[in-house]
Amino acid sequence: MRFSNLKELALLCADEGKPIYLIMLEDQALESGRTAEQEWDKMKQYYGIMKEAVTKGISSEKLSRSGLTGGDAKRVHEYTRQQEASLEPFTGLAMAYALAVSEVNASMGRIVATPTAGSCGIIPGVFVSSQERFGWTDDHMVNGLFCAGAIGYIIANNSFISGAEGGCQAEIGSAIGMAAGALVELKGGTPEQAVHAVGLAMKNTLGLICDPVGGLVEIPCIVRNGFGAVNALAAADMALAGVSSVIPSDEVIQVMLEVGSAMPDIHRETARGGLAQTPTGRQIIKQLAKDRKKFRSELKKR
Amino acid sequence: MRFKDVFSIIGPGMIGPSSSHTAGAVRLGRVARELIGIQPKQANVVFYGSLAATYRGHGTDLAVTAGLLRLDMDDERIPESLDLADVLGMKVAFLSGSDPAVHPNTLTVTLSSGRRRCRMTGCSIGGGNIEVVEVNGFDLKFTANYPTLIVYHEDRPGVLADVTRLLSVTGINIGYMDVDRKARLGHAATVIEMDGVIQEDLLKKIKRLANVTGLSYIDLNGGVPN
Repeated sequence: MRFSNLKELALLCADEGKPIYLIMLEDQALESGRTAEQEWDKMKQYYGIMKEAVTKGISSEKLSRSGLTGGDAKRVHEYTRQQEASLEPFTGLAMAYALAVSEVNASMGRIVATPTAGSCGIIPGVFVSSQERFGWTDDHMVNGLFCAGAIGYIIANNSFISGAEGGCQAEIGSAIGMAAGALVELKGGTPEQAVHAVGLAMKNTLGLICDPVGGLVEIPCIVRNGFGAVNALAAADMALAGVSSVIPSDEVIQVMLEVGSAMPDIHRETARGGLAQTPTGRQIIKQLAKDRKKFRSELKKR
Repeated sequence: MRFKDVFSIIGPGMIGPSSSHTAGAVRLGRVARELIGIQPKQANVVFYGSLAATYRGHGTDLAVTAGLLRLDMDDERIPESLDLADVLGMKVAFLSGSDPAVHPNTLTVTLSSGRRRCRMTGCSIGGGNIEVVEVNGFDLKFTANYPTLIVYHEDRPGVLADVTRLLSVTGINIGYMDVDRKARLGHAATVIEMDGVIQEDLLKKIKRLANVTGLSYIDLNGGVPN
């Protein structure tokens, strides 16, 4: 890639008079040795999987494999449509869709990691709801995924995107930054505004620990995807309104690296701290272990 | 750069619930399976760090097993991989290690089938991406995102030149290389990540080179980065 940070990316866009997604698409083809059309088609397939996951999750009351979660996407979807919700309806939709995809993931269904499975709801939530709201084509959305990918590529190589390395900020935080920046470009904002959206969004998730109950990608991962989609919309609005990230976005990414590196092990996806080790969290873990034992002895009998 | 392209960020398409604990583990299993070259009869998997703490909840055990059976990470049979292993006569044991790991998501796989043995340590670094860090006692790093050749050889002048010459005449570009040796003039191993796919006859030619003692070829993506 010809860029290694957001500043270089924005300069490249300015120099060549191109949007972020096009720079990413061209560089991707160069890197893979395949044509831009082939790479674009692959991304279009991925968008198809995202839409399928939204559709599946929004109507499903299926519980996760553990039985701990499920059906919340449907609940939120119905509430934000039928009641006078505090969120504007399309914002509620983004939240419901993000929950939907995360629930599909927890039930061992097919999703696209964006950038990880733990944060797989945010980009589909923001993208699919915005597509419905603004009447955008699938092609436009696929371009947006390349833009999100460029931002994520920079975050991943300068910091991290896994909870085990950098806590939840690295997964949910990165996904929000990617979604926010991409939404700015999808709405016609400049690359510079998109870059500001990334920093604005990520400042809001710095320090977020990864503390999944029982080590499962469910509690609190699923609801954090729902909140994440809403935050991404907010950050995009701020950037499009002309708010800039005073601390440059590349520096915010460095802060995420600093904070994540200093994070204790118990708060980095080990389920040994945080929500996982609350009295209720521990109770759930106990119950899961019991269920597993029961399941195993049943298997043996069979 | 740890992450090479856009599809290591948007992607992979996968069966949940965790890209680092499920999808990445499938790929680590697949690499180990390609390293031994045949369906193993016995597999011992040691989990470290976060994997040790949460492998059951994320189905990492099912995922590694699926990889050892050559299933891909979007294969819907992943949840039933242990049953599948039973049917195919592969025994799998899971252990938790307490050694300080090189990375929070690290696992070591030891495979055997008859006299054949193979050991691999790798990390799942996020988003389904992996980094292998050790192969049969050699400190070799690679991602398996590209067609990858592992050559076992004696540490002698000219061995690498012979290998790369064969690649060069076929027009295959090398993107990355890593070499490790047990001792000066002792056993050595080299990993080569390439931009192109290698055909069977070229592999045979490399195998026949002087001082080359063995090789493995890994291509998880049909020749292109996932």
